[in-house]
Amino acid sequence: MKLKQLESLLGGLQQFSNPKVELEQYPTGPHIAAGLLYTAENSFDDISNKVVADFGCGCGTLGAAAALLGAEQVIGIDIDSQSLEIATMNAEDLELDIDFIQCDISNLGWRGQIVDTVVMNPPFGTRKKGADMDFLFVALKVASQAVYSLHKTSTRDHVKRVALRDLNASSAEVLCELRFDVPQLYKFHKKKEVDIAVDLWRFVPKRSRGKDI
Amino acid sequence: MRMLTHNMLSSNIKGVTNGFPLRIEVEKVVEKQVEINHDFLRNIFPKIDWKAFFDASRVMGYAELPEEAPEPSVLESDLEFLRKFHHALLELHLEEGALVCPETGRKFPVNKGIPNMLLHEDEV
Ligand SMILES: C[S@@+](CC[C@H](N)C(=O)[O-])C[C@H]1O[C@@H](n2cnc3c(N)ncnc32)[C@H](O)[C@@H]1O
Repeated sequence: MKLKQLESLLGGLQQFSNPKVELEQYPTGPHIAAGLLYTAENSFDDISNKVVADFGCGCGTLGAAAALLGAEQVIGIDIDSQSLEIATMNAEDLELDIDFIQCDISNLGWRGQIVDTVVMNPPFGTRKKGADMDFLFVALKVASQAVYSLHKTSTRDHVKRVALRDLNASSAEVLCELRFDVPQLYKFHKKKEVDIAVDLWRFVPKRSRGKDI
Repeated sequence: MRMLTHNMLSSNIKGVTNGFPLRIEVEKVVEKQVEINHDFLRNIFPKIDWKAFFDASRVMGYAELPEEAPEPSVLESDLEFLRKFHHALLELHLEEGALVCPETGRKFPVNKGIPNMLLHEDEV
């Protein structure tokens, strides 16, 4: 599938109808989502024929993109049932077979590293401090191959240090820097949307076969 | 929820030491056909906990799998086995029912195919 075609399919997906600010619910735009998955597939071979998990899947954009690029099994996980309902409809519209689980990522119980690749746009931790690193911690435990994630550019050094030192990553690499429209993250902002700098990361987990969480 | 997902998910209630595998209570199973991918099946096979998978498939109403996990070489040649493995792993969905923690008996409901694994405050 061509990048443009992927982007246009993702552009047709329904997004949060009633976003919950405390869960940092805002969608990854089709351009960024398509680019992320396209890079994962074409530069690193991390998507097609793989088991892919979408952490904090919201309305399912990243997971849908993975399925469209040929992931054999996609698992979308979110804490919020309303988002999962929309994600289910989105998957049905595109005739994609995606498994959804309602769960708080911090409490996920998982057997070993059966997932190949985790893709995620985690809450940046503006509401709940460290939320993005909580996601990364769990992602690096369940993935055997790679974790793709977005984090604020302002936290770049911190993310790299913690990932390598504490979170089971054997490598942590920024693939590119993006501009991201984030609605109402800061109360003191007058504008409805702020444009922030975000890094697209690729992490490689250390092998630790057989470890459960 | 597919049986592949069931084979990874476990109960994470505070104090539980082995929350895997979750016992399945079936109210409704649906089947959705997907194209078979032999390479994928060969790659995933060594990662599957066979006993949990065998038991789960039986509860889901599918009794064609061997109780003992076959040798990996069987996957190279036995197309009939691959078909059955594929069907049980990827085409059977638990649509309505529950997943039950093997240690505490706590039920996690499954509605419209989505297991609700949220924990109560006193379980984390
Ligand atoms: C920034 S949004 C990204 C949504 C979606 N992945 C996308 O790309 O459009 C973050 C998502 O994480 C979910 N979320 C927040 N905290 C969570 C938690 N502790 N466990 C699971 N999901 C959570 C929110 O409900 C929301 O859908």
